[in-house]
Amino acid sequence: MSATIQRGTARTGTASAGRGTRGRGQRSTGASLALHATLIAASAVAVFPVLWIVFISFGPDSAWQQPGQVVHHLGLDNYRFVLLHSSFPSWMLNSVIVAGATMLVGVFIAASAGYAISRMRFPGHRQLMWVFLVTQMFPVAVLIVPLYNLMARLDLLDSYLGLVLVYCTIAVPFCAWMLKGYFDTIPREIDEAGRVDGLTPFGTFWRLILPLARPGLAVTAFYSFLTAWGEVAYSSQFMKTHYTLAAGLPTYASSIRANWGAMTAGSVLIAIPAAVVFLLVQRHLVTGLTAGGTKG
Amino acid sequence: MTTATVERAERPGRPARSKEPRRGLLTTIARAWDRHWYAWAMVAPVVIVIGVLVLYPLGYGVYLSFTNATAQNVATNIGPVHIPASYHFVGLHNYWQIVSGKDGDFYPRLEWTVIWTVACVAITYSLGLAMAMLLNRPMRFRLLYRLALILPWAVPAFVGVFAWRLMFNAQYGVFNDLINVVGLPSQDWLGTPFAQKVAVIIVNVWCGVPFMMVAILGGLQAVPTELYEAAEMDGASPLQRFTHVTVPGLRPVTSTVILLSTVWTFNMFPIIYLLLGSNTSGDTDILVTFAYEKAFVGISDYAGAASYGIVILLILVAFSTFYRSRIKTEQS
Repeated sequence: MSATIQRGTARTGTASAGRGTRGRGQRSTGASLALHATLIAASAVAVFPVLWIVFISFGPDSAWQQPGQVVHHLGLDNYRFVLLHSSFPSWMLNSVIVAGATMLVGVFIAASAGYAISRMRFPGHRQLMWVFLVTQMFPVAVLIVPLYNLMARLDLLDSYLGLVLVYCTIAVPFCAWMLKGYFDTIPREIDEAGRVDGLTPFGTFWRLILPLARPGLAVTAFYSFLTAWGEVAYSSQFMKTHYTLAAGLPTYASSIRANWGAMTAGSVLIAIPAAVVFLLVQRHLVTGLTAGGTKG
Repeated sequence: MTTATVERAERPGRPARSKEPRRGLLTTIARAWDRHWYAWAMVAPVVIVIGVLVLYPLGYGVYLSFTNATAQNVATNIGPVHIPASYHFVGLHNYWQIVSGKDGDFYPRLEWTVIWTVACVAITYSLGLAMAMLLNRPMRFRLLYRLALILPWAVPAFVGVFAWRLMFNAQYGVFNDLINVVGLPSQDWLGTPFAQKVAVIIVNVWCGVPFMMVAILGGLQAVPTELYEAAEMDGASPLQRFTHVTVPGLRPVTSTVILLSTVWTFNMFPIIYLLLGSNTSGDTDILVTFAYEKAFVGISDYAGAASYGIVILLILVAFSTFYRSRIKTEQS
C-alpha cells in the first residue's frame, strides 16, 4: 500500500516540474514537502529501533520497563557492568579473532579464483560459478549437522580454528563471487597492457589488477568480516565456552533474571563500530553483490 | 609477495606431471591442460577449500540422511573411552517420512515458509523500490536520508533483532505505545502465534529493505536519462514512464535481487530464532529453524535434521534453476 502511495507522490513531483519549466529535478514546494515528509517518516522507522536501544542503554538496568525514567537517571552503569563485570570483552576478542581470520583466509583464497573466472574461459568455469551460487543457497541446516559431527571427531569444537573453518564455507564462495564482480568492472585493456609488457597472467593479476581492485577487496573483506561478526547459528552451537558476541549476547536475555540493561549496552558496543565502517563503504558494496549475478 | 613466488614456483611442475600421455582420448585432456592449467591453478585453492569444507560435509550429510543417526548412537569420546557409532542405514526412510507428510511437520512448516518468503520479499521489494525512487533525485539532505535508511543493514542482524524484541514486549514495549498513537490496539506481539508471525515479518522487512533500496538505486542510476527525456517528449505520463522506462530498465537488477532475497529469506535463521527464543509453540518455525531445533534441541536427531537440510537445499536449487531459466527466456 504505502509503496504505491509514495510512488504516486514521487512521480507527481517530477511531473509538475516537467510541466512548468523544462528544468528536470525542480519540484513545486508541495511536492518537495511531501517528498521530505515521506523520507523523514521512513528514516525515523529505520533509525528508531537503533536509537531506542542506545537510549535505554544509558538508563538504569530496569530502564526498559520505565523508559520515561531514563532521562532522569542517565548514566553509564550498564556499560560499566558489561565492560568490567561480565565476559563481554572476552567475547569481543573471540569474535575479532574468528571474524578477522575468516576475512583474511576468505579474501586471500578467493581473489585469484575471482580473477581467473572473470578473465579466463576454461572448462569448469560455468560449473564453478554455479557452485558459488548454490553454496550461497545452503541453508544453515544442511551443513551444520555434518560439520558438527566432523568437528567433534577432529576435536575442533569450541576452538577458533574450527569456527574459522566453518565460516570459510560461507566466506570463500561469497568472496569469490563478489570479487569476480569487481574484477569484471576493471577494463580488460589493462590486462592486455600487462601482457604486452611481458607479465604472466598471475603477474598481471598480482601487480596490476589487485592494486586497482583495492576498494573492492576492502569491501569484500569487510563484508565477510561482518557476516562472521554477526553469525548466530554456528557460533551458538560450536562454541561452548569461547563464546563469540552473537552467541554470548543472548545469554544476558535468557538467564533467569534477564539483564536487558547489559544487553542494550552490549548491543550498542557491537553495533557502533560495525555501523560506522559499514556506512563508509556502503556505496561500493552493492555493485559487487549484484554484478556477479547479472553477468553470471 | 610470498604467495606469488610460491605459486609461481609450484606451477611449472604441474603441467609436466599430468602431461604424461595415458593413451588415446587423454591427448585431448593433455591439450586442454596445456591451454588451461593456468586458470585451473588460479582457481585451485578455492576448489580445494570448497571440496574439503563444503562438498565433503555435504556428502557426509547426505549419508547421514540415509541413516538413523541421533546424538545417542553416533561415535563419541567420553574421556578416554571411545564409543563407536551404532546407527545404521535406513535407506529413504527419512525422506519418505518428510515427503509423505508422516512426520506431521513438513507440510505445515513448508506452507509457513512459503508465506513468510513471499510476504517478506514482496513487501521488502516494494518498499525498497519506493525508497530508491524517492532517493533517486537531487534534493537536500540526500546523503543523510540515505545513511539513515541504510542503518538497519549496517547494524548486525542480531542487534537489530534484540532491539525489536525489547520494543515488542507486551507489558513494557514501546511498539504498542507507538501503534496506540496511530489508533491501533495493543497486541501481545511475542505471545500468540499469529502476532508472532506478523512480528517476525516486520523485523525481517526492517532488516531487508536497505539492501533492496541500495541495489535498486544502483539500477535506477544506470537507466539512461535520455530515455526519460524521450518518453517525456513523446508525452508519456508519469505512470507510463514508470512502467515503460523504469521497470524494463530495472529488470536485470530486479531479477537478481529477487533471487538473492528469496534465497536469503527462505534460509533466514537469526531473526526467527532470536526474536522468539524458546517462547514459541513451533508455529512460527520456518523449515530452517525447524531443522536446526531438530538437530540441537532435546535428543539431537542428526539424521532427521540432515534430511531436512537436503530437502530445503533441493527446493532452493529447483527454484533458482527454474527462476533463472525463466529470466533467460524472457530476455531473449
